Amino acid sequence: MSAFLEVKDLHVSFPTGDGVVRAVDGLSFSVEKGKTLAIVGESGSGKSVTAQAVMGLLNRNFADITGQVWLDGQDLLAMSDDQVRELRGESMAMIFQDPMSSLHPFYRIGDQLMEAVRIHHKVSKSEARERAIDALRQVGIPAPERRVDDYPHQLSGGMRQRVMIAMALINSPQLLIADEPTTALDVTVQAQITELMLKLQAETGTTLMIITHDLGVVADMADEVTVMYAGRAVEMGTTDDIYYRPEMPYTLGLLASVPRLDSDLSERLDPIPGNPPSLINLPRGCVFSPRCTFKGEVADNRCATERPELLASTPGHLVRCHLNAAQRQAARESTT
Amino acid sequence: MTESVEREEVLRVEGLRVYFPVKSRGVFPRTVGQIKAVDGVDLSVDRGETLGLVGESGCGKSTTGRAILRLIDPTAGHVVINGTDVAGMSRRQLRPVRKQAQMIFQDPYNALNPRHTVGAIIGAPFKIQKIDPPGGIRTAVQEIMERVGLNPEHVNRYPNEFSGGQRQRIGIARAIALRPRLIICDEPVSALDVSIQAQILNLLQDLQEEFKVSYLFIAHDLAVVRQIAHRVAVMYLGHIVETAPRSVLYSEPMHPYTNALLSAVPVPDPRVQSERERILLGGDLPSPLNPPSGCVFHTRCFIAQDRCRTEVPQMRTMAPDHEVACHFPITEPLKGGVIHGPDPGLTAPLPGEPGYWSETVTDLGGVGSPRLDSANSTDEGI
Amino acid sequence: MGGYVVRRVLIMLLLLLLLSFTVFVLFSLLPADVARLTCGKICTPETIEANRIRLGLDKSVIEQYWIFLQGLVLGRTYGQGPGAIVCNAPCLGYSFTRQEPVLKLILDRLPATLFLALGAFVLFLIGGVALGVYSALRRGRWQDKTVMGISLIGYSLPSFFIGLVVIYFVIIRWQLLPFPSYVNPWVDPLQFLQTMILPWLVLAVLYAAFYTRLTRSQMLETLNDDYIRTARAKGLPESVVIRKHALRAGLTPIVTAAGLDFAGLLGGAIILETIFSLPGLGSLAVSAVLSPDLPILVGVTLITASFIIIANLVVDLLYAVIDPRVRLA
Ligand SMILES: Nc1ncnc2c1ncn2[C@@H]1O[C@H](COP(=O)(O)OP(=O)(O)OP(=O)(O)O)[C@@H](O)[C@H]1O
Ligand SMILES: Nc1ncnc2c1ncn2[C@@H]1O[C@H](COP(=O)(O)OP(=O)(O)OP(=O)(O)O)[C@@H](O)[C@H]1O
Ligand code: SF4
Ligand code: SF4
Ligand SMILES: [Mg+2]
Ligand SMILES: [Mg+2]
Repeated sequence: MSAFLEVKDLHVSFPTGDGVVRAVDGLSFSVEKGKTLAIVGESGSGKSVTAQAVMGLLNRNFADITGQVWLDGQDLLAMSDDQVRELRGESMAMIFQDPMSSLHPFYRIGDQLMEAVRIHHKVSKSEARERAIDALRQVGIPAPERRVDDYPHQLSGGMRQRVMIAMALINSPQLLIADEPTTALDVTVQAQITELMLKLQAETGTTLMIITHDLGVVADMADEVTVMYAGRAVEMGTTDDIYYRPEMPYTLGLLASVPRLDSDLSERLDPIPGNPPSLINLPRGCVFSPRCTFKGEVADNRCATERPELLASTPGHLVRCHLNAAQRQAARESTT
Repeated sequence: MTESVEREEVLRVEGLRVYFPVKSRGVFPRTVGQIKAVDGVDLSVDRGETLGLVGESGCGKSTTGRAILRLIDPTAGHVVINGTDVAGMSRRQLRPVRKQAQMIFQDPYNALNPRHTVGAIIGAPFKIQKIDPPGGIRTAVQEIMERVGLNPEHVNRYPNEFSGGQRQRIGIARAIALRPRLIICDEPVSALDVSIQAQILNLLQDLQEEFKVSYLFIAHDLAVVRQIAHRVAVMYLGHIVETAPRSVLYSEPMHPYTNALLSAVPVPDPRVQSERERILLGGDLPSPLNPPSGCVFHTRCFIAQDRCRTEVPQMRTMAPDHEVACHFPITEPLKGGVIHGPDPGLTAPLPGEPGYWSETVTDLGGVGSPRLDSANSTDEGI
Repeated sequence: MGGYVVRRVLIMLLLLLLLSFTVFVLFSLLPADVARLTCGKICTPETIEANRIRLGLDKSVIEQYWIFLQGLVLGRTYGQGPGAIVCNAPCLGYSFTRQEPVLKLILDRLPATLFLALGAFVLFLIGGVALGVYSALRRGRWQDKTVMGISLIGYSLPSFFIGLVVIYFVIIRWQLLPFPSYVNPWVDPLQFLQTMILPWLVLAVLYAAFYTRLTRSQMLETLNDDYIRTARAKGLPESVVIRKHALRAGLTPIVTAAGLDFAGLLGGAIILETIFSLPGLGSLAVSAVLSPDLPILVGVTLITASFIIIANLVVDLLYAVIDPRVRLA
């Protein structure tokens, strides 16, 4: 199958007073139609910026963007702002982290949903309202005929995130980008929303790109995973590749530092030492090298001098690291 | 962990209640209701022990922690720290107690005064308590900085020059400065990335071993609590619903809410995750302004019976150290598959019905967001 | 909502009462002998004494205030017999120097002030908000810097200076307009416009500077809000995002400021009215100070303060219209 969304060599940088912030630095990935890609990585690794670049939401007056973003055969970065705008909300939609602030506080949720319909389709108000009610019903909002006239502040956090999902899906987009859709919610509500997104995806066949730092949510939802560190992909592969055969030391460290409900109780966590690098002043060589405990195994101090390439370790499983296969195997065994 | 040695209670909380009055708007505000943020909480923490306090947003965890340190005045109940009941004490009387009990806050960005140097922040407890450590405050501060993994040379820097994890280390350094016997940790790692989170959890564990300090560890992340706590208390809508040693709580939870909570936490393992039994609760946390009658959990409980709607379940000891407040505790492991709680469509109140969100949310809006409140507490207060 | 309005109106009436009392007491504390002020050039001690009694100045302040309130509701008669002066309800007092009830004096002067305020208000609000939005959208670029620079100048120049400068250039040097001479618009619309255009523009420039800055900072704040990103993610054109989503959200402080500024203008733009010789409340107040004529001063002060209190109410009610969180609380 061919890729439905394909990002090639995406660079996004923000000129700021302190210097140029290289938020995304040569990122490439692709998702097949109907599949789910998860992008994981720590705070500031460029996940949201990537999502906004795909959606055309970055203001090009303040961000330098280069590369290609192919959606269903069209390069979004080569299109005019207006052309991209017409795809937004129609072919591709997005939901955000904080449902409390993502809806306009002054408009009824029905009006906000109807606006999303009517911007892309010439339908009457009453028909748009019908669609809004249907969309609310679809995401499990009780009594949607009455709730449609509520203002956002009259709904709980979980309900608002359902409204956001309804709004994103109302025009049946082919691509849905979810930026930390459950992070701001309580676990029990998180479970409801995850379940809802999985159900809707099964029904509609939407391609999903989910951004999160929660490796549990990824395990629940994703087919493919891209691990980002300091603006670049450091490892990508199927969910099984990443969870059962991780190779890049950062991925290993990430998996070892998550506290989990099914681990051995006597175990201590094995954190990654140090802090993420500044995006203005990236380390030479491998961006992870200042925190990497395996860099000593690579000959000639290459980790500190030479940027590793993202190379296939097995078909479909790409790793950006100077370690050879045997060393990677040993590294994995030493952390798990 | 609670095996042998004699228990020495560092903290005992009995019947703690914290009610916030809700005022009407207008020129002559009247009290129109009460938010029962904490409604009869009993707890105890032993020397060198960590008690985890878990629950969803708004269930009253922070309020409990703040009431214990008297950052808010409790409405009723006793708080005994090191054998002294602090509940009725004046500010002056409290000062020596404060030496024994400190707090670490969630947000490393807001909890530190941006205009004070790290040295001033960490040294503040010495000044407040008028303690002169041997070698002077500066030396003491630098030793502590070293101990929590900060570069002692950075003593004159300001908080904004540090990353989130480092700021949390500053908060910990300040809390540990006077070697207190109890530290209340209010979501100390929630705002941090997993790799940093693990560093901080390990640091807290090391400090505990070294100084025999006790923690009341407040968090909403059950996996984090499992990592660090010896015993765990589960809170729902102002009540403790279950307490047990962690090995018991995570393997044989008895309260339906604990079961639901545990099953909702995704495990970072796709295969395990696809085979786990799940309980999907309907709806959201009800409003603490208008809590349900009987068992507060009955509106979302998947095994609720008629009795639950009228009769408040009392805490019962089901096994040594394992207490549950439920009429029908779950003693048989639940079957795999997905269990659904009551349909939110049936339980979520509609406009005009009690508990409808507009009521609760706007009323709370008038009072001020508690999240903002906790953000306001800086290093000054303690 | 209905209850809220009623409550607010009641509070407003209470405030007005309090205000009138304060104004009344304050003015009665002035060292001037009011009775002395009321009689013209040929003044005998007898007339002063007679006036004192006619005005009720022999009574205590509280009693005087009570009579004043009665006058407001029922009307009032000064003196007795054939020489008595009747001031019909609502009686705000009587000016003996001008031989007219204060209310009539004020009502005569109100149109000029009202037209000046309205015209300037429309101009500065539209101009200020539009420039503010424009500036916000071009944040950091030369357009933004230019607008901000100009607005800073407009903000800091005193009104009499701008007023005199335009009079000098437009009317005296270039003779683009005739000397200002106010007529009512229905009498001679052209002359009305010719008179008003300069004061309108001067006021508009002065106030627009402030609104440009306010709007700009509001827009910069709301444009960063999450719901704006949502609106863009829906595929709304940028113009709709700005008008319907960002501007509406940032409107509250603009409404507050505009409401109070409008009320302030209704109290009379004293300096500009004087410079452009407009017969408005401002110039009435000035002449009342110079004469001096206390009843007029009390009246004008009361009316002006009432405008501000009423504007406050209107602003608060507008909040409720703008923000459902206020309305539904
Ligand atoms: N408009 C901007 N101007 C300057 N820097 C920016 C801007 N937007 C983002 N950045 C920077 O780009 C980097 C990547 O940000 P991004 O929001 O993509 O991180 P993220 O991976 O989504 O992290 P998080 O998990 O915290 O959401 C960060 O260092 C951020 O500070
Ligand atoms: N100062 C206050 N005034 C009024 N209500 C308050 C105040 N502080 C907290 N509350 C309310 O008390 C309840 C419990 O709040 P608390 O902050 O203790 O919850 P929490 O369990 O710590 O939640 P979170 O996980 O969101 O921090 C909430 O419903 C909150 O709205
Ligand atoms: S390239 Fe070197 S520093 Fe980077 S992850 Fe691999 S071993 Fe570590
Ligand atoms: S008492 Fe009843 S409602 Fe409450 S948890 Fe137990 S079974 Fe559920
Ligand atoms: Mg992000
Ligand atoms: Mg809290």
